[in-house]
Amino acid sequence: MPGIPSRHKSIFLLAGVVLLQILLLALQIKRDSEGRLIRVWTVGAFSPFERAGNHGIGHLRETWRHYFALQNTSRENELLRRENDELKMQVNQLQSKANEADRLALLLNFHKSHENVPMLGARVIATSAGTASATIMLDRGSKDHIKKNMGVITPEGVVGKIVEVYDNTSEVLLLTDKDSGVGAMLGNSRKQSPVGGAGEPLLVMKYVANDDAVNVGERVVTSGMDKIFPRDLPIGTITDIKPGNPFKSIRIRPSADLERLEEVIVLLTLQPLQMNQETETAKPSASAASKPVAETAKSAVSGTVPQPAQAPPVSPAPVPASANAASTVKPE
Amino acid sequence: MNDAFDIRNMESHIEVHKFRGGAIVGATLLALMFQAFVPVYFAKATMIDLPLLITIYFGLSRRNPSTGLLLGMVIGLLQDSLSGPTVPLGLYGIAKTVIGYLASSIGARLDTEHPAARFALTIIFFGLHQGIVLLTRRILLAQSSVWFTMHLAAAAVVNAIVAVFLFALLDHLRKS
Repeated sequence: MPGIPSRHKSIFLLAGVVLLQILLLALQIKRDSEGRLIRVWTVGAFSPFERAGNHGIGHLRETWRHYFALQNTSRENELLRRENDELKMQVNQLQSKANEADRLALLLNFHKSHENVPMLGARVIATSAGTASATIMLDRGSKDHIKKNMGVITPEGVVGKIVEVYDNTSEVLLLTDKDSGVGAMLGNSRKQSPVGGAGEPLLVMKYVANDDAVNVGERVVTSGMDKIFPRDLPIGTITDIKPGNPFKSIRIRPSADLERLEEVIVLLTLQPLQMNQETETAKPSASAASKPVAETAKSAVSGTVPQPAQAPPVSPAPVPASANAASTVKPE
Repeated sequence: MNDAFDIRNMESHIEVHKFRGGAIVGATLLALMFQAFVPVYFAKATMIDLPLLITIYFGLSRRNPSTGLLLGMVIGLLQDSLSGPTVPLGLYGIAKTVIGYLASSIGARLDTEHPAARFALTIIFFGLHQGIVLLTRRILLAQSSVWFTMHLAAAAVVNAIVAVFLFALLDHLRKS
């Protein structure tokens, strides 16, 4: 930089670099792009190491668990956990059997309509590199037929949705992210209102009027209105209610443990998941209706569900406009 | 002896450290790997901002503002890239560019080898980094964020403690 004293060169360089990045930010906010090349390159460069690291750590952990530390206890614990999962499923089954006959009929329809929903188990290999967002990276990508806006769940409840897809990996925006949202309703009153993240472990239910009856401990389930998740998947439980103006401030603890995700299930379809022969008069209860999906999801983790012969191929149909509206991702 | 002479005299005693080949690149990549990978198993690890600590350390050691700010920019942009599509490129980039510049400038004027100095500087730089990220989010992205939480204060202290040990470890990468 001729004419500029050398001691001021670094200040000019700082100003230039910061200005460039501000311009970069501005470009991103204005443009509605599909994802930038630098992201693809960076993720492409890092994901093999993350996968390898995950693989290596997984082996080390398994070795430690089974051979060095608490050899028998670890195995026993594994069996007990499995047994506990099975018992949970049985409890769900018993609960669903106790429902009224018309709900049982709807439940059967629900189960039937979701038997053909292709699902895919995936492993979490990384999380967001900063605290500004709540995302996770999965070890499955477009080669496994994963597409943007597909729903991600665990047997416990809703996790989030796919926001970026690469060849061998994909990125999930968790429900707890500030830009996340899902169509939801209260388990008892069936009052519908979206639930979104607040950048912290608890979720927020936004538009419930002060005179609506809501109780702490009440379950919140998906409403199916976002066209991403089927109705009645558990989202969480209400932990705190405060009166507000004009809506109540309701905080929800997510059903799925979003801070300790290791395996998840991707709903391999962009088609709205709706029940067959749905009637307006009888609606299934949250726990009952969520059971078949949870069951299917559980088996998907063990790799049994996505059978191409039984499941129809993923639809190439475009994402419904409402899907993006219900669960938005802002920048770009 | 005037003041200007004193400062020049003092600066001349501060050593500019050089590092073994690949040390800066290796440490940077490891830090980014840690940031993206370890929280999968230990959720609390998100509290530690290892890329920031690497930016501070090499800034303080190299003592060249131009190098410091460029290293900060690269680390910040890589962190943005690994933070998912909801974080625009430049959010951490701007913050770490400024921190890299300030760390290098301070490193060129003060002796920052003592653990107590490193502890204090890390707390200051952590707060400054959060402030810049917050300002960027508020002014450029129109996103609301809180200025101060106890969690942030705790994170600053934790990062400073980690920095003392990490910096001592990284000192071994210097050319003797």
